[in-house]
Amino acid sequence: MAADGELLLRLRSGDERAFVSLVERYQEQMLRLAISFVPSRAVAEEVVQDTWLALLRGLDAFEGRSSLKTWLFSILVNQARTTGTREHRSVPVADPEPAVDPARFDTSGSWADPPEHWIEAVEGRVEAGKLADRIRELMDELPARQREVVILRDVEEMSSEEVCSVLAISDGNQRVLLHRGRSRLRQLFEGEFGGVR
Amino acid sequence: MRLLLRRDLVCQQAVELVTDYLEGALSRRARRRFEAHLAGCPHCTEYLAQMRETIRLAGRLELEDLTPEQRDDFVELYRRWRSEQE
Repeated sequence: MAADGELLLRLRSGDERAFVSLVERYQEQMLRLAISFVPSRAVAEEVVQDTWLALLRGLDAFEGRSSLKTWLFSILVNQARTTGTREHRSVPVADPEPAVDPARFDTSGSWADPPEHWIEAVEGRVEAGKLADRIRELMDELPARQREVVILRDVEEMSSEEVCSVLAISDGNQRVLLHRGRSRLRQLFEGEFGGVR
Repeated sequence: MRLLLRRDLVCQQAVELVTDYLEGALSRRARRRFEAHLAGCPHCTEYLAQMRETIRLAGRLELEDLTPEQRDDFVELYRRWRSEQE
């Protein structure tokens, strides 16, 4: 598979196939991210389409200071935030949200209702082909801002620096959102796959 | 000293440190405290393993391939952009 940098060069020289390769590489990721900003899949598709156009239009101006992927996702987030009707920035990160329901600890802060075992159960519980779908559904239950960070970090495997730059958030906020998102997702997995002691 | 360190951190606090721990964002002292707690707490050790598994499962999501129609749409989009350029 050609590296992004090479595709960028080919794209600049007018290679249509390079564009299609980029679309194949990022379209689905972009859609998933866009959906967390806007109310419907249809709107998300428009946002992604606009992003591709913005990429093409910005090709000459792109200086390559960030990676192509970071640049692409930054455009996407900007397009989505402009389009998005969701009040994206109104959710304060400062609101406390414990990683685990406080009711599961005793008064000394030790586990009263310890984590149920589920790791071993995952592969057996769900048919291999359906596991990804179920994970995706559970991930959709995360609040949008947490989902964005979890998708970028753990699905797209971007670095924390890249995520901060794409979402235009501070490193501290990135970590808080990541922590809450992963914690909540763990809770959902426990609910889904747990119950085996 | 070790006992004291362990008593320092309770489970409810430990679960809040997991991400900082995995991100390498804890100070050396805090990291030692966290690890000392884990060493004496099977539940928090399990919890940490589950957070790692959560990350691994998220990473299993794969991208669906584009349908031929979708692909054509993008070729079309690209050509439209090219013609704008000329």
